[in-house]
Amino acid sequence: MEQRRSPRSGLSRPGNSHRPDMGRRRFLGYLVAAPTLAAAAQLGQSLTSPREAGAAIPSPPEPSEVYDLNDLLTLAATPTSNLIAVVLNKDGTASFDMPRAESGQGITTMAAMLIAEELELPLDKIDVTLADARPELVFNQFTAGSNTTISMYNPIRVAAAIARQQLLRAAAIQLDETVTRLTPHLGFIEAPGGRKLSYGDLAELAASQETKEVETELKPRSQFKIIGTPRNRIDALDAVTGRKKFAMDLDVPDALPTMICRPPTIKGTVGSVANVDAVREMPGVTDVATIATGVAVRAKTFGQCIDAANALEVSWNPGTVDGESDETVLDRIKKAEIPLAVPKLGPLTGVVEGEFTFHFRNNAALEPNTAVADVRPDSAEIWAPLQSPILCQQQVAEQLGLPVSAVTVHVEQAGGAFGRRMFNDVVLEATEASRKMGKPVKLMWHRTDECRQGRMHPMCTSRIRASYAGGNVLTFEQRHTSVATDYTQGFGEIITALAGKVPPLGQGNELGFSVPVFELTVNVPYNFGVVTQLLNETYTYDTFPTSSVRNLVNPDVRTAQELIVDQLAAKMGKDPYEFRRAFVDDERVRAVLDKAAEVGEWGRAMEPNTAQAITVHKEYKGATATLVEIDCRPETVNRKIRNAVTGPRVTRVVMAVDTGLPINPRGLEAQMQGGIMDGIAQTLTSSLHLKDGTLLEGSWDDYFYTRHWNAPFETKVVVMPPTTGEPGGAGEFGVPSSMAAVACAYARATGTVPTSFPINHATLSFTPKPTVPPLPPSPTNGLKFAY
Amino acid sequence: MPQHTFIVNGKQVTVDIEDDVRLLWVLRDVLGINGPKYGCGINVCKACTCHINGKAFNPCSVRVGDVEPTDEITTIEGLPGTVDADLHPMQEAWLERDVAQCGYCQPGQIMAAVAKVRQARAAGHEVGDADIDEIRNICRCGTYARIREAIKSGAQRM
Repeated sequence: MEQRRSPRSGLSRPGNSHRPDMGRRRFLGYLVAAPTLAAAAQLGQSLTSPREAGAAIPSPPEPSEVYDLNDLLTLAATPTSNLIAVVLNKDGTASFDMPRAESGQGITTMAAMLIAEELELPLDKIDVTLADARPELVFNQFTAGSNTTISMYNPIRVAAAIARQQLLRAAAIQLDETVTRLTPHLGFIEAPGGRKLSYGDLAELAASQETKEVETELKPRSQFKIIGTPRNRIDALDAVTGRKKFAMDLDVPDALPTMICRPPTIKGTVGSVANVDAVREMPGVTDVATIATGVAVRAKTFGQCIDAANALEVSWNPGTVDGESDETVLDRIKKAEIPLAVPKLGPLTGVVEGEFTFHFRNNAALEPNTAVADVRPDSAEIWAPLQSPILCQQQVAEQLGLPVSAVTVHVEQAGGAFGRRMFNDVVLEATEASRKMGKPVKLMWHRTDECRQGRMHPMCTSRIRASYAGGNVLTFEQRHTSVATDYTQGFGEIITALAGKVPPLGQGNELGFSVPVFELTVNVPYNFGVVTQLLNETYTYDTFPTSSVRNLVNPDVRTAQELIVDQLAAKMGKDPYEFRRAFVDDERVRAVLDKAAEVGEWGRAMEPNTAQAITVHKEYKGATATLVEIDCRPETVNRKIRNAVTGPRVTRVVMAVDTGLPINPRGLEAQMQGGIMDGIAQTLTSSLHLKDGTLLEGSWDDYFYTRHWNAPFETKVVVMPPTTGEPGGAGEFGVPSSMAAVACAYARATGTVPTSFPINHATLSFTPKPTVPPLPPSPTNGLKFAY
Repeated sequence: MPQHTFIVNGKQVTVDIEDDVRLLWVLRDVLGINGPKYGCGINVCKACTCHINGKAFNPCSVRVGDVEPTDEITTIEGLPGTVDADLHPMQEAWLERDVAQCGYCQPGQIMAAVAKVRQARAAGHEVGDADIDEIRNICRCGTYARIREAIKSGAQRM
């Protein structure tokens, strides 16, 4: 068994100077001078685990295997990291102000679990809030790449462990005992004979007079009582009662609803406005102001904003892509494709080739972009859900000509993110509107704005050529060609700062943003001999408004690969599962593959026009395998639902997932279930159509994300027991193998390998909403549909 | 300015606003009732689902002028009150299954689920997969699997 060892796995890290033979590892943290006990740790202490591979013809390690994106994000944290603190309060609760964005992925619950574990405090006594922008954290307040758990697992535990240690010391003095005779238990320090002190009693006594470095040990995994056990979300009650507050629910004084009348084509600009005064007189309207992206209207209600935006008579200047449509973009991508290099290898060698197209996809969450801004002459205050709040603070300061210290940025709970909230455009719009109107605003995008001027996953193609002979795959080439992805907000800074220093790349910043990300995330998880994967991009990064959509390139890259893998298996006379089993290059991948096949009853008898498929994926320091069953029978495909697409139905999904060390298996299961729904959408129904610079989709009735009627009847996620002892990523991890499995199942059920995604893209199954006026008016017949 | 009187979560309210403002904005922007969420404004995403006289509807697509003084509007905030408890059984089922992710669509999903169970019973059967397939509420986090389980579980306690 060959070991592929990360080049960094043998290096010591700050705060981690142990040697394996020296017993339990000690960690450095801090006691912070504060009125009550405050213990802290630096971010950036997580470790890289070695990976394994073997069997068939070994492929040399690809960049993503020796140094994946999460290593890069973690490294970015190290030199600039600062303290995160667990604070004990006099009422016996603990508080943690988390420098990350919670958008549904469950990281506040994860953090509370880590604290509960080390601090021996019940989960419901831990309050996790989202920190305001903290510029001193530099790169360390950035939520992306499913990196939060990976980078915060050790620091949060270290802070909590130091707090526990300090509570024990304070209690020992109070009880006249030695620390070793005391036990922390559910918020109390217990001494022999039934004496005990509550954490609340000790909060002030355990406080430190000075900030100083201290050492601590972490609980060994064998003693975990909370980590690794299924827990419900700490905000679940708020969510089901309607009490959970999002930016648009905030009651900031005088921050009235504000919306923007936007151009009919992508990135168009305002020429002139003919009727500002008349619109300002409309019911409820208080202000009208032209800003960089359109004309902002502020009113008593959002309903009146919609009416006012639609009443504005604006002459628009062209946008960046007025001459472009799906066909012209695809044509340009094809011209930019890098040729496949491997020549025909002789008469005994078989070749499988394929070319796949992936259309534009919208990345909007259900909570539209929203920001509250209160701009004053010498300061500004912002409230918004943000994945990169430090960058946001810097951008607002720059826009207003204020020092960064004059701008306060509050991070709100996000109603979904999926990559969209890395970009701060809604905040910059709110800032500009508030400045020009001289009043606070609560600026919200209309759904139609989200579809037509929002961000999208770039259109791309993936070409693959694989050759095989004598029972082995000899070569596997992939050429991915894409509309440029915009990494300039938040993501870009880290990449550009570090790309030149990353060992396997080592070629400096000339490689730009996208190629490093591509190389750090993609891989072919099979021993297929000579493997090459290249990315080429066309257009400049800001021609189209682009972004990741719950993962970067892997849903598309892996879907293309797995469709070819199924064809290789067929040509080589192997069962798709057995073929994968023989060629996977990683034992953890093989284990999840076996588990998905077993639980999903691989190979069970299926009716005509229905089929199973099974695929794998490795990323985020973990492995997934997904078994999908699809129903492509005519009676299913052609079923009718008003204002909906139906088509093939994924009836059953079984996924096995190994994240190394699952912190909260119930939360991990939820993330995988969500990823499955994205996979179904991206293969079958979800895309944007570009025509003459306008995206035709305008709301949820024509942008077809997975709905109840598309969802599987049965969705089962098997969380594998811990394998590496270190947590992996989750938020985006469920998408690639799901998307690939749906595509492979469709191919097997219909006998036709799909080459364009989603499969329904060629048929425009709706009438596009007008672009002028920009917003569809709200209907008035809602009571007719009451049930 | 026209006055409109109706009942929200058991209490009579009166608002001064133009007739054609949609009820969603009256609830959210005037009355400060934030459980019903905006997701589209054209009655397709269903994030604002509430009940009117016990039936599910979407206030984004109803003019406040079309709401009668005797109409009883129930938002997620008032749902437990309809069963005189801290939580409605459907909310309890939601908690048991830990359905919510970001939580944004969940008030609407729960209000739709309660109405769908009642609608199925009125038609003489218990709620099943075919009924759940008719629910139009979108969840961009993709919590459909747990919603499906929670509706069936909540129905058993309703």
